[in-house]
Amino acid sequence: MSQYADWFYLIAAILFILSLRGLSSPLGARQGNLYGMIGMAISIVITYLMTPNAANFLLFGALIAGAAIGAYRAKTVEMTQMPETVAMMHSLVGLAAVLIAVAAVFHEGVEHDGIHRFELFLGCFIGAITFTASVVAYLKLAGKAGSKPLKGGWVKPVQATLAIVMIGLGIHYFITENITSFLAMTAVALVLGYFLIAPIGGGDMPVVVSMLNSYSGWAAAGIGFTLNNSVLIICGSLVGSSGAILSYIMCKAMNRSLLNVIFGGMGSSSDAGPAAGSGVQKNYKSGSPDDAAFLMSNADSVVIVPGYGLAVARAQHALQEFASLLAEKGVKVRYAIHPVAGRMPGHMNVLLAEAEVPYENVLEMEEINSDFATTDVVLIIGANDVVNPAAKNDPSSPIYGMPILEANKARTILVVKRSMATGYAGLDNDLFYMDKSMMIFGDAKKVVEDMIKGLH
Amino acid sequence: MAEIPFVTIFTVFVLAIFVGYHVVWNVTPALHTPLMAVTNAISGIIIVGAMLHTVQVGSGEELKIGLSTWLGALAVFLASINIFGGFLVTERMLEMFKKKKK
Repeated sequence: MSQYADWFYLIAAILFILSLRGLSSPLGARQGNLYGMIGMAISIVITYLMTPNAANFLLFGALIAGAAIGAYRAKTVEMTQMPETVAMMHSLVGLAAVLIAVAAVFHEGVEHDGIHRFELFLGCFIGAITFTASVVAYLKLAGKAGSKPLKGGWVKPVQATLAIVMIGLGIHYFITENITSFLAMTAVALVLGYFLIAPIGGGDMPVVVSMLNSYSGWAAAGIGFTLNNSVLIICGSLVGSSGAILSYIMCKAMNRSLLNVIFGGMGSSSDAGPAAGSGVQKNYKSGSPDDAAFLMSNADSVVIVPGYGLAVARAQHALQEFASLLAEKGVKVRYAIHPVAGRMPGHMNVLLAEAEVPYENVLEMEEINSDFATTDVVLIIGANDVVNPAAKNDPSSPIYGMPILEANKARTILVVKRSMATGYAGLDNDLFYMDKSMMIFGDAKKVVEDMIKGLH
Repeated sequence: MAEIPFVTIFTVFVLAIFVGYHVVWNVTPALHTPLMAVTNAISGIIIVGAMLHTVQVGSGEELKIGLSTWLGALAVFLASINIFGGFLVTERMLEMFKKKKK
C-alpha cells in the first residue's frame, strides 16, 4: 500500500489547493469546500490503510469524539464568535503538533538521526508557541481575559531570554538526544507563547488571529518534515502562506507594520490619548431616528458604513430590514466595508451575509471610496476610526496614513453612536463636528428599529 | 519510512508556499473569514501525523499500547475537532453567502 500512498496524497493536495481556489468568488466557494472535504477523507483513509498495527479502538474513538465536538461547535457557534472560535482551533493544531512530536520522541524502537531531531525540535516549538499564544488570543477575544496588554520594560527581555533558553535546550537535545531537554524546551516554548501575545492589545487582534493562522500552518509543515510526508508539508505551507497574507492585509489596513504589532505592544491605545480630552468644546448636531429616516427616505443614494459596534448591538438584521424598506422606496442602498471593520479578516462580510444582505450590495473600501462624493447620505453605525479624516489630513495623528472610508465626502453624514466617546484608537473624530453631520445617540439596534418606524 | 533526500522534500515545501501565495491573493476579501475557517480545517491534516503514532508498539506477540499511542490518539482527537468543525462551519458561512439570490 505504502508505495501508492504518495499518489493519493498528491490527489488530496491538489484538492486542497482547489478548495482555496474556490474562495475567489462566492459562487465557486461551496464546491471548493467540498473538494477540501474529499481531500481530507482521502488522506485519512490512505493513512489508515498504510498504518499496520493501528490501535483501532483508540483511533476511531478519538476520531469520532473529535468529529462530534467539532460538528456540534460548527452548528451552534454565533457568527459574532467566529474570531475566538478560530483562535481556539489554531490552539488545537498547535497542541496536536506538540503531542505528535513528543509521541515521536517517545516512540519505542525508533531512532532519530540528526536532521530528524532538528525537524522534531522545529515542529514542536512552533506548535507549542501556537498553542499557548492562541489560548491567550482566545481568552482576549472571548472577553474572558482583559484585552489590556501586558506592559513594562521587563517584557522584551523576558521574551528574549525565553527564546534563547528554548533554542539552547533544542540544541542540547539535537546533540545529545536527551529527552529531558526536549521536554524542557517544549515547556519553555509554551511559556514563550504566552509572553508573545499577552503584550498585544485587543485592537490588534485581527492581525494576531491571522498570524496564528499562519503559525498553525508552519507547525503542521514542521511535523510534515519529521514524517517526510508531502501532503502535510503542502497543506502546512498553504495555510502558513494564507495566514501570512491575511496578516499583511490587516496590517496594511491599520497602517501598522507586522513587526510593530508583534514587538510594539501599542495596539491598545490607552497611551495614545492626548487628543481625546483636548479641552476645546466643539459643537455637534444631534438628531432623532425619525429625522434620520426622513433624510434617508428622500435621498437617491445611501451608503451604510457598519462597524463592530453594529455586531455588538446585534443590529444587523434590523439594519437589513431598514435597508430593504429604503430600497423599496427607490433609494440605492449599499454597504461599505473597511478591511478591519470586524474582529478578524472578512468578519463584517459574514455578519452581513448572515443578516441576508445580498453580497452584490456589500462593497470593499477600494470599490466604494470614489462613490462617496456622489452619495447623498452616509449612515455610519458603530464605526469610528475607519472613517476618521485625520488619517488623511492630520500628519500628527497616530492613525495618519491608515486607509479610511472617505465618508466625509458625502453630502450628509449620519452617525449612530452610543455617546461621543472615542473608538479603539482613543482619538477624537472631526467627522462628527462637520456642518453636514448629524449624531444619533443610542443603542444601535434601538436606533435602527426606531428608524424603521420612522419610515412608515 | 523511505529515505527521501531532504532537498526533495524541501523543494515541495518551497513550491507549495508559492502556490499558496498566489491562490490566496485571489481570494475575495469578502470571504476572508471562511478562508480562515477552511485553512483551520486543512491544517487538521496534521491528523495524518497523529494517526501514524496511534499504533501498537513492540513487535510480534508483544504488541501493546504505549505512551506514544495515547499521545497520538489525543492528537487525533484534537485534529478531528478541527477538521469537522472547520469544514462544517465554512459550509455554514458559505451557505449564507449563497442564499440571497432572489
